[in-house]
Amino acid sequence: MMTRGERWTTAIVVGAPILAFSAWAIHDNPRLYTLTMLNSLTLASLYFIVASGFTLVFGLMRNVNLAHGSLYLLGGYVGYLVAAKTGWWVLALAAGFLASAVAGLLIQVFILRRMQGQDLRQTMVTIGLSIVIADVLLWIFTGQVYQLESPAWLDGPIRGIPVINAYSAYRLSLLGFGIAIGLFLWWLLNRTRVGTMIRAGVDDRAMLAAAGVNVNLVFAVTFMLGAGLAGFGGVIGAVELSLVPGEDTRLLLASLIVVIVGGMGSVPGAAIGAAILGLAETYGLAYAPTYSVVFTFVILIVVLAFRPRGIMGVTT
Amino acid sequence: MSAAKWRRAMSAGSLAGTGQTGTHRQEPAGPSSKESVSSSTSTRLGRMRASIKPRHILCLLAALALPFVATPFFTYQVAAQSLILGLVALSLSFLAGYGGMVSLAQMSVAGMAGYAVAVLGVSGTEISLGWHWGVVLVFALLISVVASALIGWLSVRTDGIYTIMITLAIGVAFYYLVLQNYSVFNGFQGFQKVHPPVVLGIKWRDPIPLYGLALTCALAGYFFVQWLVRTPFGIALQGIRDNPRRMNSLGYNVTAHRVAAYAVSGLLAGVGGVLLIWYNGLISPGSVGTGWLINILVIAVLGGTKHPLGAFLGAAIFVLMQTFAIDLIDRERFNLLIGGVFLAIVLFSPDGLLGLWAALRARWQLAQAKTSTIRRRP
Repeated sequence: MMTRGERWTTAIVVGAPILAFSAWAIHDNPRLYTLTMLNSLTLASLYFIVASGFTLVFGLMRNVNLAHGSLYLLGGYVGYLVAAKTGWWVLALAAGFLASAVAGLLIQVFILRRMQGQDLRQTMVTIGLSIVIADVLLWIFTGQVYQLESPAWLDGPIRGIPVINAYSAYRLSLLGFGIAIGLFLWWLLNRTRVGTMIRAGVDDRAMLAAAGVNVNLVFAVTFMLGAGLAGFGGVIGAVELSLVPGEDTRLLLASLIVVIVGGMGSVPGAAIGAAILGLAETYGLAYAPTYSVVFTFVILIVVLAFRPRGIMGVTT
Repeated sequence: MSAAKWRRAMSAGSLAGTGQTGTHRQEPAGPSSKESVSSSTSTRLGRMRASIKPRHILCLLAALALPFVATPFFTYQVAAQSLILGLVALSLSFLAGYGGMVSLAQMSVAGMAGYAVAVLGVSGTEISLGWHWGVVLVFALLISVVASALIGWLSVRTDGIYTIMITLAIGVAFYYLVLQNYSVFNGFQGFQKVHPPVVLGIKWRDPIPLYGLALTCALAGYFFVQWLVRTPFGIALQGIRDNPRRMNSLGYNVTAHRVAAYAVSGLLAGVGGVLLIWYNGLISPGSVGTGWLINILVIAVLGGTKHPLGAFLGAAIFVLMQTFAIDLIDRERFNLLIGGVFLAIVLFSPDGLLGLWAALRARWQLAQAKTSTIRRRP
């Protein structure tokens, strides 16, 4: 834990440049600043939805699921197919979640369970799986760019917002999705029996098993939920970004950075990490296009240098 | 028996024991230190000579004879490429096998050396500074060693499984950096026409000279790792791999050893990266993309990380598959093949092909022993 002085120093060192930049940017071009803020927060919601699944799985099973990006893409494609067939976006959302959840369940039950406790081997298996899934998806859907239409009730801009006049309703709804998923996860983890088991498992797996809980079942449910969140994010991202091979790597990288910065295994950490990454990426793109990746990278290095386990990470 | 008697008996016993071993180990005191040194070097040479078996000489002769027997295509496209990729994979295999750290950023380190050669040296792009190749080489290797040590310093602060995430994030971040930056790295285009210099009147880009260069570097890397893991540093590193807390309490600086291991792997990867850009003649963001980061892991794991030979074995199989699988399957599906093979290896033989070979040999010997010495009961 930091002392009070250290906390103040951190706040000043980190906060002062940000405040100075904000003051300059608002004075310079308030519309651009506000738009970028909204863009970064909506992007952060998408990152949070995808990364929360990643961090949940990691926290419980110490399993770095590097096939998470592929599950994102899988959910997106399935959602696209369902939307194209039925025309119902909500149905596509459910289908994307289910498809990835089932894929995750299969991976967990048939492969990862056989090598419980071998962290490195599990991670390597997920790398192999990500290669295979990505290639199969490329085989089926080719390299074509797919874009999901946003549903009619979220189509078009919302007008009459003060500084920026209009903003896409769909993008704004992303913010709602992010908050809803966050609240749902909070409720699940803190108010239900399954959540209690998951939290207990994060703290001490062996003790949970000794207490008579079927740990394998808890693992399977958590992995399913984590994978499902990736698929859910895939359908949401299919409207906002687009579905194309390579997106899996992008979202995997985003998830990695979010959980490394935020603290591995912590859902609030994922929210903080996603917000930081979203802000850094979008402001970087808006104000210094060639170096936007460098900002992300610098944040990653600074956090790792001072808090190796991430902002909300627990030192064991 | 009282405690005092016990103690006396114990100490007597231990004394007797040490006495015995003392007499047992009694060595004739050398008349002068000079002679003992020379005798020790001669025994070392003798041991080396004894450890060289016919198969080693056969391998070396085969490697030397290859370019004169095989077609230039095979020498260049298959043999040289396997040796170069093997060298990059060796840097990972050294880290993973002897240091217990699986870094996915090895290809990025190799790519940094490659980009250094392209940016500082001569290429078909105007951005290149056109320095003398000797200076460029020194800088390229220096950059890769320093970068690797920095990556190591960042990732070893946390342990085990985190390493793979952090190094992957760093590797992909480097990919996006070179992709988006046009002023230094020339963005998506990268650098073309990066040729090895003409030294001593030899065109090093021709198949046989390049193969010779790759073979020399690969052998040097192989024996360097073989030697390094037997030095006190190498032994300490393996101790840290097996039990870092214990090594720490024994007074070893765990972080320093790990960072040093990263620096060493950076040197290996840097040499591999320079050779790779000379081999390809170009470098672009695609050379350091996720696909290649993972390919290096695939190569190292395929061969087996427990022995430096595994990296080259894995690279040879990888390149052979890449070159000849097109005839059997669609070229587009190469990733499926390599992913499937990798998955099978991780699932069924975590120690790679070398592990499979060792298991087979143990089984064969066991079976032989069973038939010859142990009588089977009905």
